[in-house]
Amino acid sequence: MAEVGLHDDGGRHLNPYLRFLLRRVAVGVVLAVLVSLLIFAATELLPGDAAQAILGKTATPEAVEVLRAQLGLDRPAVQRYLEWLAGIVQGDLGNSLSTRGPVTEAISGRVANSLILAGITSMIMIPVSLLLGAYAGTRPGRPGDLVVSGTSLAFIAVPEFVIATFLILLLAIGTDLLPPVSLVAPGTSPLATPLVLVLPVLTLLLASIAQNVRMVRAGVVDTMAAPYVQMARLNGLPEREVVLRHGLRNALPPAVQVIALNLQWLIGGIVIVEFVFQYPGVGQLLTQAVALRDIPLVQALAVLIAVLYIAVNIATDLVVVLLVPKLRTAGVQ
Amino acid sequence: MSARAAITVRGLRVETTAGDGVVEGVDLEVAPGSILGLVGESGSGKSTVALALLGYCQPGLRIAAGVVEVGGEDLLALPERAARSYRGRVVSYVPQDPQTALSPSQRIGDQVRRVLRRHAPERDAPETVATIFGRVGLPADAAFARRFPHQLSGGQQQRVAIAIAIACEPSVIVLDEPTTGLDVITQARILEEVRRLGRETGAAMIYVSHDLAVVAESADRIAVMYAGRFLEHGSTPTILRQPRHPYTAGLIGAIPDHRRFTRPSGMPGVAVGVGEWPAGCVFEPRCEQRVPACAVQEPPLEAVSGDHVVRCLEWRRTPAFTRLERLDEQVERHAAPLLAVDGLVAEYGAGGARRGVLHGVSLTVDAGHSVALVGESGSGKTTLARCIIGLHAPSAGTIELEGEGLAPRARARGAEARRRIQMVFQNPYDSLNPRQPIERQIAWPARRLRGMSAAQAGEEVGRLLETLRLPDRSRSRYPHELSGGERQRVAIARALAAGPDVLVCDEITSALDVSVQAAVLDLLGELRADLGLSLLFITHDLGVVSAIADQVLVLDRGRICETGAVRAVLGAPQADYTRTLVDAAPTLQDASAGGGS
Amino acid sequence: MTRAAASWRRLPRPGRAGLVVVLLILAIAVAGPWFAPYPPDASIGPPFAPASAEYPLGTDGIGQDVLSRVLSGGRSVLLLAGLATLLAYAVGVPLGLLAGYSRGVAGAIIMRGVDVLLAVPALLLLLVLATGAGAGAVVLVIGIAIVHVPQITRIVRAATLQTTGRAFIEAAEARGDSTARILGVEVLPNISGALLADVGVRFTGSVLLVAALNFLGLGLQPPASDWALMISENRSGISIQPWAVVAPAALLAALAVSVNLFADGIAQVYARASARRVEASA
Repeated sequence: MAEVGLHDDGGRHLNPYLRFLLRRVAVGVVLAVLVSLLIFAATELLPGDAAQAILGKTATPEAVEVLRAQLGLDRPAVQRYLEWLAGIVQGDLGNSLSTRGPVTEAISGRVANSLILAGITSMIMIPVSLLLGAYAGTRPGRPGDLVVSGTSLAFIAVPEFVIATFLILLLAIGTDLLPPVSLVAPGTSPLATPLVLVLPVLTLLLASIAQNVRMVRAGVVDTMAAPYVQMARLNGLPEREVVLRHGLRNALPPAVQVIALNLQWLIGGIVIVEFVFQYPGVGQLLTQAVALRDIPLVQALAVLIAVLYIAVNIATDLVVVLLVPKLRTAGVQ
Repeated sequence: MSARAAITVRGLRVETTAGDGVVEGVDLEVAPGSILGLVGESGSGKSTVALALLGYCQPGLRIAAGVVEVGGEDLLALPERAARSYRGRVVSYVPQDPQTALSPSQRIGDQVRRVLRRHAPERDAPETVATIFGRVGLPADAAFARRFPHQLSGGQQQRVAIAIAIACEPSVIVLDEPTTGLDVITQARILEEVRRLGRETGAAMIYVSHDLAVVAESADRIAVMYAGRFLEHGSTPTILRQPRHPYTAGLIGAIPDHRRFTRPSGMPGVAVGVGEWPAGCVFEPRCEQRVPACAVQEPPLEAVSGDHVVRCLEWRRTPAFTRLERLDEQVERHAAPLLAVDGLVAEYGAGGARRGVLHGVSLTVDAGHSVALVGESGSGKTTLARCIIGLHAPSAGTIELEGEGLAPRARARGAEARRRIQMVFQNPYDSLNPRQPIERQIAWPARRLRGMSAAQAGEEVGRLLETLRLPDRSRSRYPHELSGGERQRVAIARALAAGPDVLVCDEITSALDVSVQAAVLDLLGELRADLGLSLLFITHDLGVVSAIADQVLVLDRGRICETGAVRAVLGAPQADYTRTLVDAAPTLQDASAGGGS
Repeated sequence: MTRAAASWRRLPRPGRAGLVVVLLILAIAVAGPWFAPYPPDASIGPPFAPASAEYPLGTDGIGQDVLSRVLSGGRSVLLLAGLATLLAYAVGVPLGLLAGYSRGVAGAIIMRGVDVLLAVPALLLLLVLATGAGAGAVVLVIGIAIVHVPQITRIVRAATLQTTGRAFIEAAEARGDSTARILGVEVLPNISGALLADVGVRFTGSVLLVAALNFLGLGLQPPASDWALMISENRSGISIQPWAVVAPAALLAALAVSVNLFADGIAQVYARASARRVEASA
């Protein structure tokens, strides 16, 4: 991730936060374009002819040629890329090879579903991770910490689909409380039948909270060992103030960065979880498209997800800058 | 003591959780308005004592015994909650490194007010902050109070720390090496502020430091610590003129004096650390006047006279203190200089952030001479060293070795040129590869630059270890197994392994204890005489200059402002900047004449 | 005390447990196929038959013996994850050294490339590669290596930068030592700790990614016996014959968790050792 920092010239020109934001957005746009290039190259330029793969091994060479011409694979790569890029910017994402319809139609509706899943998970995951991590980090080695750290150890690195499988076994099939799959009728929102969200969200939480808590805890332990925390105690400040204002407040920026790191993981987790629970989101669509080698659909989804991820990172960088005075005021003397 | 002591300590013992002693049997009393200087080298336990005066100790340690009486209460006997109300209000602490001790996310005015709010809420107001800042020599306006710590210079940060410490008008202030890391002129100013504050507030001050000269200028009384104990304790003039403990005498003898050109002498042996305390007198293994009884039992503190106590069985035999005069060797003059730098211009950074560091510096080093380059941090002295050795490319000017121009970068120079100029770096903990045994590190330059075979290089290593007074078994050791002084000697051996003509020493003793420094300087002096080595000695310490250099150049913000023979420049400085430096640098001479405040 | 015994003692308890379990699973994975009662890809029984004396863990959806498949299913994960990790280091370490040490344009170009790759979430990158190059083991290994290289390059570069600021490197440069010698003798041994701490994380990541892709059907294809593939194939019969899913799931989870614990233990030992070295200089 690009380095974070502001230059404050005393407010002569734009508000420094705005300037920072603009700079990061500019970098983000360049990054997005490069990523789109990467995605295009990976999907269309790799060995393994797309047309051949779609038609299968038994297709005749002529049939393959016809499909190639249809898909436009005989035109030079650079031209194809630029046309595709232009299309994205104008909102035309091409036509899906599997549905034969516009990609935008296939995607719309599903984006909201995935966002709901991601949103609910984040809203629970972030506060819980921060609180548990802070709790464990401010009393390292004591019973409270041992319980939290010990429990996390057991869950870290367990693959999501394994967690999902066991949850389904225990809660859906063993009891009858929850549906084993999260089917949602097309056109309706999953929020109308909230029970279908429980298992997917629970899976994502169990898979991610442990890792987050661990890293937040480590950051808190480091901060609490800092000289200024000892100095606060030597000034006789009440312990509560020492912990909250001097300790945790300064442990916040690295914790935020930990969270940002995990959002990357969350994207992968959502893909798997949607697949397991057959949840009609963008992730499930992506896996289907990959299996069918529906290139335009894959390209569009990949670019969409990547751009979203870049945007989230810019937002977290902004939050970090807001929290760290040193970065805010670099340059003022 | 006639006046009631502001703080009294009896029988303080601090140990690690494993039971190893860190501080043992410490007693002290400080009267209001007076300053006690607590002096000790690294590992002496002085910082631990400083924290214990607030009833606090670092994690991993515990206060095992003792009484710390302040304001009528024994801090160590109080429950934690009650003790907290004394910290910052009755006893306060000024930390060593203000940069890490001030909270980075709080404005400095707020940090003062927090402490006020806790201990003296009726005075918590912006006006109080302004007053306090004014008293420590900081701007009193509201805009300044809104700054964050990283927006201040080192000296300003330290003043903020002092401001927080005096905010609640405590009766005892503990200062733990408050001027370490500040340049000499800022240090002198801060010390003056501290003395003035002491007089104004009538607080008792305990000034902890490794630098006896600094302490001696301010303190009324001095206590010398070694291996967790007080070895000697008395008024400043007495200690300086008639030290009774061999360690104290050794310490004073190791301190160079830039006004009197004395020759500093080191003490044999290595300082003792935690968990290594010998039975009997802790100094016995290194003591030159020891008798068999010294190794049996620890000596008690004995009174020499009045308030002068010493912990030594043989203190009567301690010789009257004399200093060694520095001998100026006669070195032959050559027609042409060995090393010549002309009009050197150097810069750092790129594009818009480019800043000039050296603005046309010229100097010469004759064969066999010892030249010192003196400057504060930011003067460009390290840059100059790096240009000479080929680590930094100057933007203009020439460097010549015996008339032959040297390429800017070391890689571009011939092997001979690289061999003939060698450098020893400042930080002994950083200049050796942690993952290689000592032998390989010393042998490599001999093999690479002098073409020696492995066998020949091995012999050379043995010879060098002996010359630098390191035991031969150091060969197979790794750097982290050696002390700072030993590592620096290895670094010197490594440089000498290339058989150089010029040795560039960049602040090589700044990171060492003063007694270790004296030993290293001594050694260098010998090497110079025996090998005919030329030295270019870069330092900020005028005492070191007076001990080792024949000529001195004074560097001020990238320009040479004065140059000449060392006695002339330090004795009668011509340039203003030089004069300021000479006056600001602490010496024992002033102190032993009149004593503290 | 031998070095091995000394290292064992320094490892924290969870790390020791992790090591033991890893070795156990390694044993099962490597030696398992020799103990399999039936050939793993032969349909020898009725589909989803419950556990019995004949089939200790029952059969799966197409009648293959679950026990045999479980015993044979570990090799693929370990082999693929191991290869991918090795490949990633083979590329990432030199790139990182170069990026950290060079003062010129090369370092900047490498890091911009790293930034671009890091802007794409790992699974997404793998899915994209699978679309373009097709499913299969080769794509899997290369793809996972590509996912890891940017992170390794970053870590190696950061460690290299930290080391090159130190005086003993400058001493070597002033001596005129060659870049190869400086990187190999002065830099590399001093970043080995950071690398060691990272290996465990990388390998765990590789295991998880291999499993994820196999599960999605984009890695190994049936009739290969692979734990993740088994979980995916037999999900439909989970209410009738849970063992076909639970057995491989338990082993996979145990592998991932124990590798992580062990890696974590090593990282802690390294952190403590370097802290002690720093303390010795304070």
